[in-house]
Amino acid sequence: MMNNKDLLNLIDITVSFEGFLALNKLNLNLKKGELRAVIGPNGAGKTTFLDVITGKVKPTKGEVIFKGKSLVGRKEHKIARLGVGRKFQSPRIFENLTVKENLEISVTTPKSPLNLINKSIKDEQLNEIERLLKIVNLAQKVDSKAGSLSHGQKQWLEIAMLVGQKPDLMLVDEPVAGLTDEETDLTADLLKSLSGENTVVVIDHDMEFIRRLDSNVSVLNQGTVLCEGTMETIQKDKKVIDVYLGRPED
Amino acid sequence: MSFSKIKFDKKIVLSFWIILIALIIAAPTLLPVFRLNLLGRYLSLSIVALGVDLIWGYTGLLSLGQGIFFALGGYCAAMYLQITSSSEFPNNIPEFFALYGVEKLPFFWEPFRSPVFTFFAIWIIPALVAGLIGFLVFRNRIKGVYFSILTQASLLVFFNFFNGQQKLINGTNGLKTDVTQLFGQMVGSESMQRLFFWVTAVLVIASWFFAKWVVKGRFGNILIGIRDDEPRVRFTGYNPVIFKTIIFSIAGGLAGISGALYTVQSGIVSPQFMTVPFSIEMVIWVAVGGRGTLLGAILGAVFINYAKSLVSEALPASWMFIQGGLFILVVTALPEGVLGWIQGDGPRNLLQRLGLKRRIETYPSLEVNNKEGNDE
Repeated sequence: MMNNKDLLNLIDITVSFEGFLALNKLNLNLKKGELRAVIGPNGAGKTTFLDVITGKVKPTKGEVIFKGKSLVGRKEHKIARLGVGRKFQSPRIFENLTVKENLEISVTTPKSPLNLINKSIKDEQLNEIERLLKIVNLAQKVDSKAGSLSHGQKQWLEIAMLVGQKPDLMLVDEPVAGLTDEETDLTADLLKSLSGENTVVVIDHDMEFIRRLDSNVSVLNQGTVLCEGTMETIQKDKKVIDVYLGRPED
Repeated sequence: MSFSKIKFDKKIVLSFWIILIALIIAAPTLLPVFRLNLLGRYLSLSIVALGVDLIWGYTGLLSLGQGIFFALGGYCAAMYLQITSSSEFPNNIPEFFALYGVEKLPFFWEPFRSPVFTFFAIWIIPALVAGLIGFLVFRNRIKGVYFSILTQASLLVFFNFFNGQQKLINGTNGLKTDVTQLFGQMVGSESMQRLFFWVTAVLVIASWFFAKWVVKGRFGNILIGIRDDEPRVRFTGYNPVIFKTIIFSIAGGLAGISGALYTVQSGIVSPQFMTVPFSIEMVIWVAVGGRGTLLGAILGAVFINYAKSLVSEALPASWMFIQGGLFILVVTALPEGVLGWIQGDGPRNLLQRLGLKRRIETYPSLEVNNKEGNDE
């Protein structure tokens, strides 16, 4: 089940909130460079699954192995520094800072107070910001307050911040919620282009979007992995049809 | 709520500085020494207000316990002045000890014989105490209202402790400084008070530059990030505990400097510096002046306190109502404070509402685009 090429292994993860099992013996393995979509009905445990990896929620039982190290019990910022980046469901950017300042926060290393107060930002980091601005089409908004951006632009800014962190593992929670069709397609292409070099996990329930990602899909239901495979496989899977896709009416 | 950092027009900033420096130079000749002394005291309070703005306006930590650090700085200064002016008293120790039959100087007074030690103690001791309290609180992820309550509870602990220690620091009576000697002169004398005014004015400006340096750039942006969305900062790889501890410690150090300057100009330090209302007033100065503006904190502290003394002279007992009303007015009508309102297009909006100024065209940029199109 585990092998050396795996970047992340979740082993028998159980999360219990006062008796309610948000995750129930969940097992999931990710290879380096993989793009993986995670879908599931509401309450299936998709967001809790991200919370466990990023250290926000401590699993009641089970192990999270990332690059050979256990993540359980580590603080959120330590996990982030190990190379786990997260994009939140609703865009979480710093609205009172400009687009550039938001990106500066993400690309800056080391993330220590002394480095921040003493030194000015490195040239290579400024170049990286310019590159990111081009990718997400925000070059003209560089000095605007992030709070003044449109919803789609906020989503993209947050994706740019995620990329700027240079994480080995990117966890992307509903990146296309509230985006137009065109923006959705662009986001799908962007995420596809990121995989290969990075390992990307995308959570969503927009089926068109998931199909466009053209990746392996894990279906979560009641806190556990119901089924894994390509889009075609899971669409034919009887269990998945029952709980999620719905049976076509006879 | 947006805490805008819109830049002032450069000319306004320059003229503001010229007026300010002119006023500081002119004040000692224009004002009678009583008023000058009051102004000096209020200027020293603006340094503690700067610290409140750093932790509350920028970082979102509403501390109701800044009086602790303010008083610590005051006690450090007063202990030095008392110990160096006690050669005529029995046992060569400050006079009040005789009242309680103390013959030997308590050990922690000893280092305060040194002016160098005192110079550093005034800001380092409050900064260390703030850093320690802050670290313990922030590490346990106590925030919001719970943080405010905890700082207020700490304030009461310090207040009660200082109040009860007659044999160590003269308890509730506090330590007087106006009859002590510094550089061979009486601290309470007119020439010394003039000197303290200058020192205070210079230190206010220096503290303001220091605070500006702290919040500019990426360090300040992280503070704003912590205020607006702390978990997000954490998931980006920063440890908010360290940043919050540092800024709380800086605010503590500023409070200590402020307390020392206030003590030498009011002539006494006592546990009254650690009463609950006084620490809440510090927050009000910043709220009225404008959170997250730094300059607003200084102006708020000076103007509210000056208003307080003028109103109290004319209509004793009415000040508390005015202060309460001012606070309610600011919270409801000007949530960003007076300076925040001015910087954030407030005056123009008001003029527009009153019909004295034309409204801005809704889409001025569209017209510009059309013109460019026609030219082609």
